[in-house]
Amino acid sequence: MSPLAALLVRDLRIAVRAGGGALIGVLFFLVVVTLTPFAIGPDLVLLKRIGPAILWLAALLASLLALDRLFSGDHDDGSLDLILMGRAPLELTVAVKGLAHWLTTGLPLVICAPLIGLLLNLDPPAQVALMLTLLVGTPALTFIGLIGAAIAVTLRRGGLLLAVIVLPLTVPILIFGVAAANAAIVGPTPFGTPFTILCALTLASLVVGPFAAAAALRQEIE
Amino acid sequence: MRLTAAELACERGGREVFAGISFAVEGGEALLVSGRNGAGKSSLLRVLAGLIRPAAGRLSLEGGDPELSIAEQAHYLGHQDAQKGALSVAENLRFWTGFFGRGGDTAGALAAVGLGGLAGLPAATLSAGQRRRLSIARLIAAPRPIWLLDEPTSTLDRGAQDRLAALMATHLAGGGLIVAASHGPIGLPAVKELRLDPSASSPLDETPLGLAGAAR
Repeated sequence: MSPLAALLVRDLRIAVRAGGGALIGVLFFLVVVTLTPFAIGPDLVLLKRIGPAILWLAALLASLLALDRLFSGDHDDGSLDLILMGRAPLELTVAVKGLAHWLTTGLPLVICAPLIGLLLNLDPPAQVALMLTLLVGTPALTFIGLIGAAIAVTLRRGGLLLAVIVLPLTVPILIFGVAAANAAIVGPTPFGTPFTILCALTLASLVVGPFAAAAALRQEIE
Repeated sequence: MRLTAAELACERGGREVFAGISFAVEGGEALLVSGRNGAGKSSLLRVLAGLIRPAAGRLSLEGGDPELSIAEQAHYLGHQDAQKGALSVAENLRFWTGFFGRGGDTAGALAAVGLGGLAGLPAATLSAGQRRRLSIARLIAAPRPIWLLDEPTSTLDRGAQDRLAALMATHLAGGGLIVAASHGPIGLPAVKELRLDPSASSPLDETPLGLAGAAR
């Protein structure tokens, strides 16, 4: 098995075992979205109008939840030292950790979104559009989060700092993600315009995230 | 194979830990780094492992793989065990063997450190000594020529110390080299010794109680 495949398998295993972070994000997502209709009341028109925004906000916060352990878990038990001594480029190693994180926290959100969309009075075409925007947008949340996780790696309680660093950077993704979903539901702008920009933001973060996070890790580890 | 350090210096948090350290270790040789607490033994090993950038001086390796850095040809056995409690003993070892490339004989390595019967157990249930033995199994399962060992015998019982000594002797006989930091003997018959004796400029010597001087 190649070094990167070994790392991916290990991170996936840890995430789904007891004490791993995989289910926490999805549960948080489901709880927030389920509670929203109770808080707002049975106004179906209003729910339909703000549904995509609620789902996107919940997904954003849920993907932050397990992020602070992404590198600090490996730092605390000494694994990060050994990972730095591996022969794979650190940027790729970091990207693989991001991929494992997205597969265990981002992808479950995407799969849950259509089901939970029913609670917010979203009809099937709207659910598909929303799912598509989440599928494209959540990797960007993870890979931008990598940077914050790497910067906060040596801090005991890095979670808050992580949120402060990461959330401002995710604003463009939130804007275009919700805009694309709304365009598909209420118009009048075409779905393609904000969706293409969302894709571009994701592609950029897939490149910038691992490089910035690897640079931060090299500095922090000393 | 020859690992050479010339005038190495290390700073942590703006304070000089050590300076002017020079040594050379050949393949088949072991270097024992000794010195009192805070003398910089662990820092020296972390510099060799590429985890701390030296403040001055240079490190070089002759006869190794020119494509790889020194750290990429070294194993580092630190104070932390680098194991995940949620994974089993065998899964932990298989991961590190896979990550360091050339997936080796993990079952044989577990047997060599006396953990053969515990392969399926979650690593969280191991004792401190058993976890250390699992870390040592990594050195055997994924061969790398340089071993950097930080207090390798701590938490090991008598039998495990003897077994580690035998493994180190095998590694040296195969042309590998070892740099070990330890307070006491590590069970190897002939070792070079590098004593880190900080000069009077060490911050610890300036403690008002004079404890550092008394301990020496």
